[in-house]
Amino acid sequence: MTTLRRVWLAMFAAALMGAATFAHAQDVLTVPPLSGRVIDQTGTLKPEQQQAMSDKLAAIETKRGSQLVVLIVPTTAPEDIGAYAQRVADAWKIGRLAVGDGLLIVVAKGDRKIRIEVAKALEGAVPDLAARRIIAEQISPAFKAGDYAGGLNAAIDQLDRRIGGEALPEPLPSQGANRGSRGFDIGDLTIFLFVAVPIVGAVLSGVFGRKLGSVATAGVAGGVGWWITASLFAAGGAAFLALLLTGVMGVGSTRRGGSGPGIWGGGGGGGGGFSSGGGGGGGFSSGGGGDFGGGGASGDW
Amino acid sequence: MHRILSASTRAVRAAGLALAAAFVLAGCGYNDFQRLDEQTKAAWSEVLNQYQRRADLIPNIVATVKGEANFEQETLTKVIEARAKATSIQVTPETLNNPEAFNKFQQVQGELSGALSRLMAVSENYPTLKANQAFQDLRVQLEGTENRITVARNRYIKAVAEYNVLARSFPSNLTAMIFSYPVKPTFTVANEAQISAPPPVSFEKPASR
Repeated sequence: MTTLRRVWLAMFAAALMGAATFAHAQDVLTVPPLSGRVIDQTGTLKPEQQQAMSDKLAAIETKRGSQLVVLIVPTTAPEDIGAYAQRVADAWKIGRLAVGDGLLIVVAKGDRKIRIEVAKALEGAVPDLAARRIIAEQISPAFKAGDYAGGLNAAIDQLDRRIGGEALPEPLPSQGANRGSRGFDIGDLTIFLFVAVPIVGAVLSGVFGRKLGSVATAGVAGGVGWWITASLFAAGGAAFLALLLTGVMGVGSTRRGGSGPGIWGGGGGGGGGFSSGGGGGGGFSSGGGGDFGGGGASGDW
Repeated sequence: MHRILSASTRAVRAAGLALAAAFVLAGCGYNDFQRLDEQTKAAWSEVLNQYQRRADLIPNIVATVKGEANFEQETLTKVIEARAKATSIQVTPETLNNPEAFNKFQQVQGELSGALSRLMAVSENYPTLKANQAFQDLRVQLEGTENRITVARNRYIKAVAEYNVLARSFPSNLTAMIFSYPVKPTFTVANEAQISAPPPVSFEKPASR
């Protein structure tokens, strides 16, 4: 009876929270998913124009490392374009993880407003004045004439030139390498290994016996390690160490009989067997390093 | 058999105790206080940094506007005075733990914001200023700086909110008491009553004066 009531309560709370987030979502626009380098919600750009622009931005990323994204929305109401662009930029964090060189162009077509949002790492290459001038000289005249693709392409060329003049770190040959593990802290892992593993190991080998228990501990260690560090390598290391600690050295496990160190035919792994990271198949994903502090400029046409 | 069982239950019990100890240690949140305290200080420094950037821009703006003959002197002096007042306040990280100093700081910066936006609005009436490239450039820089101030303030508000939740919620508030981590002040809107009242809108013709 009480469990039933608890379930009801939980469901009610979940419904309330859902309603609250939904109500909040109606206040301001939601940030769209980062589905590509050019996101056009208005259908302004023709598919081939969009593709060409996307290729151009991809070429900039391979050449210079910086990530540029164009977002075209119908309107940013009720916010002004600056606040909306800031929110989008904070959510996407485009720019390499270690460098943070991202740049976001937001066009609010219905509002006739545009903003170039510059991450802190690029504020030297594209200061506010330069962004303002690009809007005034490249974008506004073209947009007034209805040539959206032309204006954006001219602006991207200008931005590319400016970013090229800045001494940024060279792009890595493979872009997949620097994704994934963010906020990885070796200290967490060590504490976890030497405090939690013996405890968990003791419990699990108490329940399952030493062999099965240490495999289970290794599995748990690998799983948690993967969760903490988001890196398969670290997780594998954690699992292996845990196996070593509980299985071979007998840390935390109950001494049962005299049979020396356990022998394992390759239990190893344990950690998550698959990885969702790496940005499957040439798709575009944010480097996650862009810190946008409000740099850039807005304009209209 | 019995011996083995009791050994394993003892181990389980010990493990339970160790787990509980770990939870208590983590629950008291001492390390979280260190992290969030530093985080708010960093966010606060960024706020100061951006306000300083604005204060540094003002002399250039004033000099450019002064070049304009018969510019409204009153608006200009207000900006100069407000800037002098804002820069005369010494702000240190300790300001964060002193709500009075914090409010004073917020007030003078608010006055400067008001004086500056008035100056920018008035400058629209001077065609030569509007055509002056140097002034327009300064204007863009000022806009960018104001935008950065907004972002920095928002980040500070978020950092303080996180810190204050920790300083006030249950087990960690004891840690806060023992190691003296007081609740930190945050930014508020200066004229809250004024802006929350709906503006009077009247479509009647103004009475002829």
